Parts: sequence; structure tokens; C-alpha cells
Amino acid sequence: MQEWANQLCENRQFGSKMTDSKYFTTTKKGEIFELKAELNSDKKEKKKEAVKKVIASMTVGKDVSALFPDVVNCMQTDNLELKKLVYLYLMNYAKSQPDMAIMAVNTFVKDCEDLNPLIRALAVRTMGCIRVDKITEYLCEPLRKCLKDEDPYVRKTAAVCVAKLHDINAQLVEDQGFLDTLKDLISDSNPMVVANAVAALSEIAESHPNSNLLDLNPQTINKLLTALNECTEWGQIFILDCLANYSPRDDRESQSICERVTPRLSHANSAVVLSAVKVLMKFMEMLPKDLDYYGTLLKKLAPPLVTLLSAEPELQYVALRNINLIVQRRPEILKHEMKVFFVKYNDPIYVKLEKLDIMIRLASQANIAQVLAELKEYATEVDVDFVRKAVRAIGRCAIKVEQSAERCVSTLLDLIQTKVNYVVQEAIVVIKDIFRKYPNKYESVIATLCEHLESLDEPEARAAMIWIVGEYAERIDNADELLESFLEGFHDESTQVQLQLLTAIVKLFLKKPTETQELVQQVLSLATQDSDNPDLRDRGYIYWRLLSTDPVAAKEVVLAEKPLISEETDLIEPTLLEELICHIGTLASVYHKPPSAFVEGSRGVQHKRLTSSAGSGESVESPDTGSAAVSEAPPTVIPSQGDLLGDLLNLDLTPPTSTGPPPTTAPGMQLGAMDLLGGGLDSLIGDESEPPPIPLRTDTPQSPQPPHQSPSPPHYSPTELGGDIGGSPAMGTGFGAPPAAMPASFNAPISGGLDDLFDLGGGGGLTMGTYIPPKSVWLPAMKAKGLEISGTFVRRSGVIQMEMTLNNKAMSVMSDFAIQFNRNSFGLAPAGPLQILTPISPNQSIEAALPLSTVGPVMKMEPLNNLQVAVKNNIDVFYFSCQYPISMLFLEDGKMERQVFLATWKDIPNENESQFQIKDCHLNSDAASNKLQGSNIFTIAKRTVEGQDMLYQSMKLTNGIWVLAELRVQAGNPNYTISLKCRAPEVSQCVFQNYETVLKN
Amino acid sequence: MIGGLFIYNHKGEVLISRVYRDDIGRNAVDAFRVSVIHARHQVRSPVSNIARTSFFHVKRSNVWLAAATRQNVNACMVFEFLYKMCDVMTAYFGKISEENVKNNFVLIYELLDEILDFGYPQNSEPGALKTFITQQGVKSQSKEEQSQITSQVTGQIGWRREGIKYRRNELFLDVMESVNLLMSPQGQVLSAHVSGRVVMKSYLSGMPECKFGMNDKIVIDKQGKAGSNDDGAKSGKQSIAIDDCTFHQCVRLSKFDSERSISFIPPDGDYELMRYRTTKDIILPFRVIPLVREVGRTKLEVKVVIKSNFKASLLAQKIEVMIPTPLNTSGVQLICMKGKAKYKASENAIVWKVKRMAGMKESQISAEIELLPTNDKKKWARPPISMNFEVPFAPSGLKVRYLKVFEPKLNYSDHDVIKWVRYIGKSGIYETRC
Repeated sequence: MQEWANQLCENRQFGSKMTDSKYFTTTKKGEIFELKAELNSDKKEKKKEAVKKVIASMTVGKDVSALFPDVVNCMQTDNLELKKLVYLYLMNYAKSQPDMAIMAVNTFVKDCEDLNPLIRALAVRTMGCIRVDKITEYLCEPLRKCLKDEDPYVRKTAAVCVAKLHDINAQLVEDQGFLDTLKDLISDSNPMVVANAVAALSEIAESHPNSNLLDLNPQTINKLLTALNECTEWGQIFILDCLANYSPRDDRESQSICERVTPRLSHANSAVVLSAVKVLMKFMEMLPKDLDYYGTLLKKLAPPLVTLLSAEPELQYVALRNINLIVQRRPEILKHEMKVFFVKYNDPIYVKLEKLDIMIRLASQANIAQVLAELKEYATEVDVDFVRKAVRAIGRCAIKVEQSAERCVSTLLDLIQTKVNYVVQEAIVVIKDIFRKYPNKYESVIATLCEHLESLDEPEARAAMIWIVGEYAERIDNADELLESFLEGFHDESTQVQLQLLTAIVKLFLKKPTETQELVQQVLSLATQDSDNPDLRDRGYIYWRLLSTDPVAAKEVVLAEKPLISEETDLIEPTLLEELICHIGTLASVYHKPPSAFVEGSRGVQHKRLTSSAGSGESVESPDTGSAAVSEAPPTVIPSQGDLLGDLLNLDLTPPTSTGPPPTTAPGMQLGAMDLLGGGLDSLIGDESEPPPIPLRTDTPQSPQPPHQSPSPPHYSPTELGGDIGGSPAMGTGFGAPPAAMPASFNAPISGGLDDLFDLGGGGGLTMGTYIPPKSVWLPAMKAKGLEISGTFVRRSGVIQMEMTLNNKAMSVMSDFAIQFNRNSFGLAPAGPLQILTPISPNQSIEAALPLSTVGPVMKMEPLNNLQVAVKNNIDVFYFSCQYPISMLFLEDGKMERQVFLATWKDIPNENESQFQIKDCHLNSDAASNKLQGSNIFTIAKRTVEGQDMLYQSMKLTNGIWVLAELRVQAGNPNYTISLKCRAPEVSQCVFQNYETVLKN
Repeated sequence: MIGGLFIYNHKGEVLISRVYRDDIGRNAVDAFRVSVIHARHQVRSPVSNIARTSFFHVKRSNVWLAAATRQNVNACMVFEFLYKMCDVMTAYFGKISEENVKNNFVLIYELLDEILDFGYPQNSEPGALKTFITQQGVKSQSKEEQSQITSQVTGQIGWRREGIKYRRNELFLDVMESVNLLMSPQGQVLSAHVSGRVVMKSYLSGMPECKFGMNDKIVIDKQGKAGSNDDGAKSGKQSIAIDDCTFHQCVRLSKFDSERSISFIPPDGDYELMRYRTTKDIILPFRVIPLVREVGRTKLEVKVVIKSNFKASLLAQKIEVMIPTPLNTSGVQLICMKGKAKYKASENAIVWKVKRMAGMKESQISAEIELLPTNDKKKWARPPISMNFEVPFAPSGLKVRYLKVFEPKLNYSDHDVIKWVRYIGKSGIYETRC
């Protein structure tokens, strides 16, 4: 048998040699006509040859659509090969010739009834690929039959066809009930049918994010797990990818699923392995960590991941990108496997770079010697990118593992001795970071660095070197000469270098004032007078003024102690990491971007998240699961950069000027000479001079450093450093905060409690506190790179306040908050800057109260009480909208005179009256009246008619609009009726809602 | 899922183009050609995103295979599929070359229609495919044949068809290992591992049930515990610790997971039963001792000693040592004790070949390399010395203990099957830094 098959194949090969390839070479003119003739030939062989030629032309991109009728005519044939060729043609051109494509329908329908299951399947498969609306109608009946075909081969093909049809006409699929049939196929006896049905359903479900299409419950899961053992490798992938979307009910269920998935880790197909890893990584979150099984599972994960590295290089690349994520989420899995990530000489460059990344993540005190030895090897290789990355890696090791710092520095010095230009430059950039991390420890190397000054031609390296010279000017005898040498070509330097040079010379001047007066004059005039760059000019002016006004203060500012830099860099932001873990194996995990970033349309927009076991609160925890890699100090997360700087500079977040002059109260600063610059810059400086670094603060790259500091965060791309420095003066605008004047506004819960107490008493005559809605989440952390804002509105003794809780759920410190409102219906605007004095550490939350005024710009919003807010911090600007209760705007003097009330009531036309029902309210009229008064809704009169209490009430909005109300309360009837009259009837709806919330709370 | 699949020749001309999804247009074909195949610089990633379309590519000789998609597909699956497609094509018409692809383009379209439906990979076992897709069009089948085909393609045992008969039941088992080493110049093992494969050729009738056993430490230890203590200690010495293994889809994974036994119904003909990896107690067949001395700026002295480290009765074959030389080498003088050595300027290396070498021997080569003086400041990177060889044993120490065959329906027993076992150890990446 076997031999026969081989022989057959060989014969075929022989026979076809020098035949088929010739179709690729015919390029003469008039070809179409010739083909037409051949297609209509009587001879079968000639016909077939002609169709082959057509397909070949199609492949190379020639337009052969003109032959459509002739090709379709060949469809009626017993020759399956010819039939398949015609189908191939049809799939390509049907769309451009929809009317003619109809001609083919009959054949399809006939073929769907054929005795041969292969032909039935072929017909239904092809029909699904002909994406013409008119054809889909004819497809429904054959498809329905095929979904219930006796032959599994036809059923599995039909299952995929449902997904095809859904892609063309989703409504049709739903109307025809195909989705239910597809769901039934999950219980099919044939594993491959199950797998294809799962794949089709998963795809359809993606475009209906909220449908319960893939109704995963323990029974279906069980069916899937059974099919998993029996179907093809591809089917196993579909099933595992689908399983990963399931959320087990409890830890026991997730353990039992894990147990049934782990055997897949030994599959020869890497995709099966990675998809199994995804399921395990996800379901592990549910397992309690003290469970024995949890430990067993962790151990089981390492070997298959390592094995992936012996696959083909392309697969290695995908595996490494995923391991990078896994290592960040659960460093313990691979902590002993450092050696397998050592780079091989013949690895493709993309594998090398990825391995290097993982090596640094796994570096710890235990293995640092080995790692360093390797990195030193790599630094002598050929590929420039790789060498640079290796040099950076040495620097990162120094910062990460303190014990190794000394060895790293000496390794870097060795590398500098090689005099390879890009190695030297890269080394200097990382040494600067090492200086930041270990101040006053390795300054002995400065002399060596200075020797290489001339060879530096990259801005980043030049800037780093200048920073070093400025920072350690007192120890470098010829610092002035060195800096002066840079000054000669000042205008040819990049902005990054110019800014750095300016700062360095000012530092030098403050350290050695006597010899460098001239130099500092020179640089200040270069920066302020001869430069077009506003950032540079601004920074120059600030220094100038500082120096001329108060050199002592200048010293304090410019030579202030710098915050330390953190040790982990390039970490993926935790919410993104969680999402990516749910996408292990997919493109998202390769790009390290959420699917929404590269997939268009509705697909992939859903954000997946890990679900952790109830009560363990693990997902909130940083991934510090007992590893040395992530220490207790929260690592800085560098968010994706994008055009952050642009955003910050364009969006003016200065608090409105109507709130009075910005506070200028920074300790140790006298800013007397500000009038020179006029009001605008005036406030800028005032705000800029924030209090000296607060201990809590760590250096995050986007934090607007006061311009005197030269920030050198441990990350490397020139755009980042540029953004950092360049952005600082402008970014600081308006974020300084007066340390005094913290309004005592945190008594909300207490007054709420009192409210309740009074409520119980049901007492009359007492004025009650304002109703304060509970805080709700306005800005979820997912949308704001880890910043969660929840809040509410309060009116207390005539002042409206926005009370917020800012919760930092990211891994980096957040600082420099500012807030601004969009124009809104009642002109609400912040009455002062947002007062958040200290940066918020990860997992910390801070309460803030923002007094509001009602004199801001007005624009009608829908709904009326909608408020759009922009909040900025050092990371980005975020937008959200919230709704305030309209009672915030009711004035304390809203009680109308009785007579006036009567007159006004009559005066307002009846069409302005609106009536509402308030249901299920169990207060008596007195209690209601009291409660409402707390919200500045005043009862003017009360009348009782036939056991029904009528309350006449008034309220006055901040913009002077009066609202009159008649509230009818019948004893024993929980439903109130309210009539509202107002000259501006638009507010009625809001007022009614407010009644409802106040009365029911 | 995969939106389109293209095959190009080295010039970037399209040989095969099959589009499965609407979001992939004809311009995608050109986009990949322009941005990747015609790109001047080296390819920096096997996945590239061009105008929101992601391309996955692999290269086989001078042919590019690319899959395109605009969705968040399972990237690992796409690559696995591309490899599988290469396997299928190789099984049909041999080497993947421009010529062969052109000659078989109709067949390839037919295959693509079958193994990829709407971008979802379907059964792609060449054994199964060959029953109904042949290069001479479809042969006419009887009704039984048809249903047999469909049940096989979709069935639980998609890799084997029913009714296979051989006069002589025979099977060949090759344990093929490649031993990888990275050694420091001082002789310290930086990393070493064996990646092994068990490759089988089986010519067995019916639907035989097979069971494969080897000296896996976990199994032996388990049996040792069950049997007498003496046995356990004795066999424990010869057992090996397997770090990880993966299996052909015919192996029942859940059974391996629970009992660690390897049982399966084999495909017919050639297949790879399992792959494994070991890192402990590896026999390194050769040790390379390099000595490089720079004599001034224009001369380099290199001495390399190789020592064979296995039983003296065994013979290693096809030994090849590659000693890299600097780019500015002008001339090389060579003296070697055994074999032939040659300086190959095109490869920037001295290639020293020895046909055979017995165990526990050593041999050496010395070279004087003359260099042209250059102004290049960049130091020579000193690539590692690499080595190739073949030895008739398994460097991991793996031994086949048994391979039992049961076919209850046909009347042949395990004893009637003729079994051949062979061990081949080869060098993988076997490098010593100098």
C-alpha cells in the first residue's frame, strides 16, 4: 500500500513536471481571447488546461474577470479537480460580478445533495466563501441540511460556514436559527465537529460582546474537555482558547480544569502548549496559594516553556515575547532557568534581543555573576542594536542588583576602553543612571569618562556626559573648560543637549561662582536671546531671574537633592499585563499591546481581565509573589509614550483666572522680581516652585521636574528624555498648591449618619443635613492607566464641593494633579486648584475636595446636570463625565414669600407645569418636608385636603431660576405626586430626579 | 484567524495567493513584498505589522511563505500552521522550491482549500490528505471509500487509515539526539543540553496498539519502589532524568500525565514519536581546548586540541572543527595531526575535518594566521569555535527498554514484528568560546 502510494506520487510528479509551471510564463497579448476560445472548447483536457492558465494569471495579479461566464460554464463537470479550480475562480471574482455569480447557485445547491460527502462539503464550503448577498439567501437551506448531515466531515465544514455567513449577514444567521444549531454541535459525537463549532461560536461571540452566545457552564466545559483529548492539534487550540474565556465558579472547579489541561503541555505543537499555558496562568489566579496543587502547577509550567525555546526561531520569538509577560506576572516560574536564555551565536537577531530582555528580568543576586559574564561577551558582538542593548543591560543589572554594581561599573569601564564608538556612548548613558542610583560612590570613574568627551556624537550620550560634568563640577578641575567646549557649537546641538548644558553650567556657577561668571552669562544669553526654542528660553529666564534675585534660593533649588531612581524599568503596566496574560499566544502578546490597539472594528475591543479568587484580593496585589526580582519598593512603570508631551502642552489646564491669583507659597523662595515678566509667567513661576522633593516621591519620567533638576530616569529613548526636560516648564503650570488652606470638608460621612438618625426619629422642625449621594466611580482605573477616581458632590454652608477619592492602582507614583471642567449648564468651575500636595504612591488613595464656583462659562449639556471633567497627572490626561445632583445648586435663600409664591405659580403658564410620580416613598409629609429642607427645598405652606397633604415648596438655582413645587402625599399611599412649575421647564426633570433621590435616601 | 496566505519567490513574485477573509485585499500581497522581501535591511522580526495588517512569514530555501491577518490571531498557531504546510508540501512533492511550487500550484490550491477553511486550520496530516487529494486530480472512490475518508479526516485517529496490510510487520526506531554545548575558554560548561527525537518508521498491519518504554528515571524509580530494593538501586543508575518531552498527536497525553506510559496507535510510515530534552549527566563526546595568542598586530597563533570522551571501542564520524579567523586574514599556515585542514576565506574560518576518531583519543591542530594591518578600531569579535560530529550512542544516556505491539484483530503478535533500534548522537550547536 505504502509503496503504491509513494509510487503514485512520484509518477504524478514526473507527469506534471514541465507542465504546470509553464502557465506562469504566458504573457503575450490577446491572451484573454485565446483563453476564451480554449474554455469553450469541447475537449475536456483543453478546458482544464485553460482554467489552470486562468488561475495562474489570477495568482500573479492579472485581471481575468472578463472570463467569468466562460469559466462558470465549466462548472458543470464530473471532474472534481476542474470543479475545484472553477470554485477557486468563483471565490475570487464573484464579488465583482455578483449577477453572474447567481448562475452558479444551481450547481452548488445540487452539489449539496450529492451522494459523495466530499462534494457536499466542498459545495457548502465554497458557497460560504462567495461573499455576495444574493447568494447567501440560497445558501441557507443547503447549510441547514449540511449542519445536520450524517457525515461528520460535512458537519464540521458546515460549522465553519455559519461563521462565514455571519460575517456577511449577521442578522440572517440569527433569524435562521443557525446559532442554536451551532450550539447544539458542541455536543456532537465527533471531536472535530465540536472543535470547529467552538471556533465558529467564539468568533461570532467576539462581535457580540454582551451576548451569552458561548454559554459556558460546567456541563459544556466538561464536553469541551472531553473533546480536547480526542481532536486534532488545531481543534485542541480552538478549544483551549475558548476555555480561557471561562471563569470557574470556585477554586475547586478551576483546579479540576487545570488538572485536565496540564497533559496538553506535552503536546508537540507549540500552539497547543502555549494555549494550555494561557488557561493555566488564568485559572491559577483562582487557586489559593497555600494549596499544594498551586506549587505543583508552578513547577509543571517551567519545562514546557523552556522546551519552546528549542522550536524553530519564529516560534521561539513568539514564545519569548510571551515568556516576557509570564516572567513579569509570575517570576517564580522561571527563576532558576536563567541559562536557557543565554544567547547563541547563530540565533536570529530578534531571538537574541528578546532573550536579553528576559535575562535582565531574571537577574538576581544569585545569578548575577553569570549574567554579567554573558553580557560582557555580547557587548563584543557585531550587531549594533544587540551590542547597545547588552551595554544597557549591564547598567540595568547594576541598578537592579546592588551587590553587583561595582562589578558592572568596572565591566562598563572595560568596554569604554575598547573605544568602539557606540559602545562608549551607550556606556556613558548608563553610567549616568548608575550615578543617580548610587550617588557619591563611583565618581572615581569620571576622569576616564572625560577622556572620551570628543568621541561622543549622539545627543543622548552628550547630554548624559554634560549632566555628569555639571553634577560633579566640584570634583572636576577643568569642568569649566569642558563645558565651554560644548558651548561653542551651542546652536547646532539638539534641544536635549542645549537644555542639559544650560542646567549644567548653572550648577557649575553655583558651585564655583568666582571663575565661571562669564560662562554663565554667556549661556544665559545664548539660551534667552539667540534661541527660538520656547522651552529653552523659559528655562533660561527662570535661571536668570533666580540667580539675579536670590542666589541662596537658587542654590537650594538647583542643587537640591534628587530623588532616587527605581530599579525596575520597562515593566508593563499591571492592568495591561493582566489583559495580555489573557491573550497569551496571540498577536497581542507578541506586540505587547491590547488587541484594541491593532484590531479594527468591534473585534478585540473587549478587555479581558484576570479574575482572582474571591477574598484573596490577589489581583490588586503587585506581582510580588515572593520573588527577589520585585522588591517592596514599587517599581516605576513607564507608560507608553505616545504624544504625551503634545497633549500636555496643548491642553491648558490652568485653573480659571476668576479664582484669584494663583498661590505662591513655597518655602524658602522669595519671588520678588516677578513683575518683570508680567502676570502670565508670574503665575508660572509661582506654581513651578513646588516644595522641595517630598520623601514619598520617586522619580517618574513624566513628573514635571522643576527645571533646575536634570532628570535622568533609567530609561533610554531620546524622545523620553526630551519630553521630560522639554516639557517641564510648561507642564508645571498651575499644579503648585498652597500648603495651607486645606478645607475641612471631610465630615461628609458624619453628617450623613446624623441624617439617618434624625430620619429614624422622624422629628419635625429640625433642619437636616444635605443629602450627599454616595461616592461612585467616575473614572475606572482601566481607562486611566491605573488612576481611579470616585467622588460625589456636596453643598455645605453655601459652598459646593466636589469630593473625590483618588486611588492609585498603577505601579508608579502619581503626582502633579490638575483638574479642569468643560463648559456646562450651570457654569460650574473649580474655584481653586486641585489640592493634592503629596504624590500618591501605588495602592494609596487620597481624599480631595475641590470647591466649585458657578461663574464659569455656560453651555447646555445633555442631560442638564452632566459635567465633563479632565484630570491630568504626571502620566497622562484623562477625561470622564459625571452627573451632579441639581440640589447642589439650590441656594440657601430659596424660600419664597407666600404671596409671591401664589402670584408666581399663577403667572407661570400651565404648559410649563410637569407632573411626576415618586413611588415607594414611606415618609410622612413632615419628614419629607424636613428632609427636603436639608437640600434647600423649602416648604412654604402645607394644606390638608381629604387626608391628602399638599406641600408647596420653592427652590432657587444659582443662576436665579426659581422652581415651584406642589407635593401631594396621601397617608398610607407610598406614591407621591409632584407638580413642578418653572419658567425654564428644562430643569424640571432634574429637579424631579433630585426629589426622588433625596426622599429615598 | 488567518486572512490570507501567500507564497513568493525570492524576487517577491507571487506564486500562490489565497485570500480567506474580506479584510485582506490584493494590496496586502504587495505590501509584504515591498516592506519585507524588498526591504534593504535585515528582517528584524518574523511578525511585521504593515498598515494595520499583520504578516507572519517563514522562509524555505528561496521561497517565502506569508500569512496575513487583521485580527488578534493565535500567533503561535499561525507559525505552527506554516511549518505544517511546509511538511505537507514536502510530503507531496519534495523540496519546497520555486520550481516545485510552480509545478504544483493547482495541487497547492487544492490543499489550501482543504487544510485551511475560513482561516481555521483543519486536519493537515499528509497521510490522511493523500487518501483523497492526489496530484492527478481526484480518483473515483466507492461509497465505502468515501465514508472511510471522511471518518478518517474527522476521526479520533486522523493520522491512520483502516485496512493497512503488510506481509512483513516491521518497525524501525531511531533515537536521534543533538547535543548542544556552550563552553567558556577555561573549559567551564556554560550551558549544555540534549534535544532528542524518537523517529519511527512503522510498517504494521491493521490498527496496532503500541507501547514504548525507555529508561526514564521517574518510571524506573516507580518500578524500583514496587520491586526489590536491589533492582531499584541497580536500574536507577542507568536511568536518565528527562526535563521535558512532547509527543506526536497519536500519543495519549492524559495517560502519560497520569501513568507516564507512552501508548499510541502509530501513523503508517515515517513520523516523529516524541521529542525530549535533558540537561543532567550529559556525556559530552568531545572537549575542545582552544589557545589563541595575538603576536603583535599582524599575527595570530591558534592551537586547538580536541579530546574524545567516550568508550574506546566506539567510533565518532564526520568530525569537523570550525575555527573562525579575523576578517583581515591574509594567510594561514596549518599543521594538523589527523585529518585535513583548510583555510576557507569565504567563511572566514579554518575548517578541520577528521573522518573517524575512536573514543579516549586526542588530536590537535596548530595554525599561524597572518593579518593585514588595518585602521579599523573595532576589535575582532572572536566568534566561538564550533564543532560537528556524529557518534553511535545517545549522549543523554537514553535507552529504549521496549516497544510492544498489540493487534488484537489480526493474528500477529509482538514477537512476529521485526524491530530495529538505532542510536545516533549528533552535534547541535557545539561551541567553545576562545
